[in-house]
Amino acid sequence: MAFDVIASTFQQKAIAKTPWRKTVEVGLIGFGLMIYFNIVGLTGQFMERWIIESMATLAHTIFLGIAIGAGALAAHRNETLSPGARLVHAALAGLIAGAGLAILVEVLNNFNVRFMFVAMSPKLLAFLSFGVNAELASLALLAGGVVLGAFGGMLYSVPGIVRKPLVVGLASVWFVGLFAELILLASQFEVMEDIRNFFFTWEGQRLEGAIVVFCVAVGLSAFWTARGESIMTNYRGKGARQQKGIRYSLWLLAGVLFILFPMAAGSFFGQVLMLVGLYALMGMGLNIEIGLAGLLDMGFVAFFATGAYTIALFTVPESDVACVTPPCDYLIKIIDRPLTWFEALPLAMLASLVMGVLFGIPVLKVRGDYLAVATLGLGEIIRVVAVSDMAAPMLGGSQGLLSIPRPVLFDFEFSDPIHLFYLTLVSTIVAAYFAWALENSRLGRAWMAIREDEDVGQALGVNLVDVKLLAYGLGAVFAGLAGAIFAAMLASIYPHSFQLLISINILALIIVGGIGSLPGVIVGSAMLIGTPELLREFGEFRFLAYGIVLVIMMRVLPLGLWPSSVRKRELQTLEEAERLLKDRGAEGQKA
Amino acid sequence: MAGNSLLVTNGLVKRFGGLVAIDNLDLDVKERTIHAIIGPNGAGKTTVFNCIMNFFPITSGEIRLSGERLNDLTPDRVASRGIGRTYQNIRLFKNMSAIENILVGMHLHLKSHWWGALFRTRHTRQDEQHAQDEAVRLLQYVGLKGKGDILARNLPYGDQRKLEIARALAMQPKLLLLDEPTAGMNLAESQEMVGFIRGLRDELAITIILIEHHMPVVMGMSDTVTVLDHGVKISEGTPDHVKRDKTVIEAYLGTGVANL
Repeated sequence: MAFDVIASTFQQKAIAKTPWRKTVEVGLIGFGLMIYFNIVGLTGQFMERWIIESMATLAHTIFLGIAIGAGALAAHRNETLSPGARLVHAALAGLIAGAGLAILVEVLNNFNVRFMFVAMSPKLLAFLSFGVNAELASLALLAGGVVLGAFGGMLYSVPGIVRKPLVVGLASVWFVGLFAELILLASQFEVMEDIRNFFFTWEGQRLEGAIVVFCVAVGLSAFWTARGESIMTNYRGKGARQQKGIRYSLWLLAGVLFILFPMAAGSFFGQVLMLVGLYALMGMGLNIEIGLAGLLDMGFVAFFATGAYTIALFTVPESDVACVTPPCDYLIKIIDRPLTWFEALPLAMLASLVMGVLFGIPVLKVRGDYLAVATLGLGEIIRVVAVSDMAAPMLGGSQGLLSIPRPVLFDFEFSDPIHLFYLTLVSTIVAAYFAWALENSRLGRAWMAIREDEDVGQALGVNLVDVKLLAYGLGAVFAGLAGAIFAAMLASIYPHSFQLLISINILALIIVGGIGSLPGVIVGSAMLIGTPELLREFGEFRFLAYGIVLVIMMRVLPLGLWPSSVRKRELQTLEEAERLLKDRGAEGQKA
Repeated sequence: MAGNSLLVTNGLVKRFGGLVAIDNLDLDVKERTIHAIIGPNGAGKTTVFNCIMNFFPITSGEIRLSGERLNDLTPDRVASRGIGRTYQNIRLFKNMSAIENILVGMHLHLKSHWWGALFRTRHTRQDEQHAQDEAVRLLQYVGLKGKGDILARNLPYGDQRKLEIARALAMQPKLLLLDEPTAGMNLAESQEMVGFIRGLRDELAITIILIEHHMPVVMGMSDTVTVLDHGVKISEGTPDHVKRDKTVIEAYLGTGVANL
């Protein structure tokens, strides 16, 4: 499978470097980040956004974070040195990072580079130099870098009982500040007004609020750092039954809170969670194809579109363009009305299944990376057909299909995003159960077998044609279900909703979550779909964050956020092997 | 050596482009025997196995199992007729546990369908439970008791060989194709393997075709030996007969040696 490459390259041997070189490297990373953030104009946007009102903007906190991070990282890379030397290294890294800003100030002060970098404006200069003159400001920035770097180094060196609460406290304040608007949005009740006004204004977090958040976070974290171990020991000391009870009740509690949350928080969150759910649904489907059967599929959006269009075709009222076409025509002759959403749902899933199988037939003999390209083409074909004039009488061309009715169940209309969220939630839970059942069945094992070695699987009696087509077909059903809900959500569908980007997103989310892992799909969806939605206020910059997160994720956690159990086992044995090697190396040195 | 023919090939020819890998090979493998195929490197031994499994279309000739023609079947159909095989370079499902590997081997004998799996019907669950028990029994049979949850890739080499055979046995084959089962083993391990393979014939009544380089292994347990050289059968018979055959010695050691 092509993704083995990602997993197999993550263990690289570090070349031996001198401490100074390591420190300078870390410092230069910070230096580059500082300059980058300013040049691309992130600072311009972030300096208007308070983390703590009238005190620290988002831009400030990011610069602080980079300098402190450089110090901590420099200390970490040089952990063999004495604490004092580590501090010096950390300060140096901080200094280099700070120099990034200082140089920017000097450049801004002496040259006009706006013809090249639009973001390098006098306003930026004013922001970076705190209103004082440039020379003083650069010195201050350098000094700040040293102090912050040293602080970062210190943070790394102090015992965990001090470090962890401090880091958790600062991070909590930052997150609360970053999501202040959303938290405000989620707590629009009369009773909470006073509390709300204590913590926030519409501009951002208030200082008093930030202090309280910090103290609470520090307190909780300190408590856990000090007592967590004994609590866990206590937990492990209990019988298996009791452990299970505690675990289940915690899960249940989390589940109930999760179910109640959108109701309390309002339709914006309902909408976001619903999108997360839809992508999780599709992720589960693609996970069957890629994660289990190893069939790389870049045209997955086709099945999503099939589900959505099928719903539209069968539910849009007669007067509209859709139902002049034969399949619907016959149906209307029989039952004399368009179907309801729930009646059309099985048809949508069936249509996706058929589409999945048809999709699979031409690529049965294509293997590995070539499959990605072939499926890419197939996915595009579906979209192009939907836009085309030829299919326009039936599918509405680029106008799409309008006035799709909301789902109605026993006189209850799913009109609000929150209602649809619950519909999505139930669908996701049911789908997750089915995905799990499939994974642990004869068919699931056959999928894994052909993922590992197609020829051997075949020699053991696995019918490749059946098994592959089932992977495509059953995977497609999940996407069809998601498409059906999607159609109900928008009440109208256009071919332009089914871009290649959706296929790529789904692929990215199952890799980030951990390929082949069911919980990973949900975590990945929350990360890659949910988070950008919540960061909407930052416009296009959130996709920058998306890209950075993807790269860092693959570098740091190549197995994903929640790897499948098999992958985890693999990693464990790898670690064990490494430890063994190290031990042997140590013995060899002794001898 | 009584018994009926289980696998018969008539005039089997396999060409890769201009290269004749197998030339007009007639094999007659009797039931409940161990039939060894030996020959120098590149003699086309593994190609015979691939032809039997029908991994690639044969150029001409015919392969029959208990009288049924195998030529037009896909490999999975061939497998379903009761032929299991192992590979020269072990080809386990490396990222699956030992027990899962065996369960894949039982694929043909599990009757549950995917819709049964979706709803976890009683039938499916019974089927699964039965398969699990059977897999555990097989693990024990090949001497891998208690190692079911280990990933195949993490098993030691010898255990991987055993697991591969266990996976083939899970198919309940009539005919087992073993491709160098003692490759990379020391003398003691080879001896153990010989005993094990004999047991397959005598206790489980499985017919075995064996490709092997270790002459003591071959001569010690085979009922019939076929010698291939450049795709041509140059000798066939009991181990004693083959051992004394001049052409065989020449093929292995070069012309003229036999006259020394």
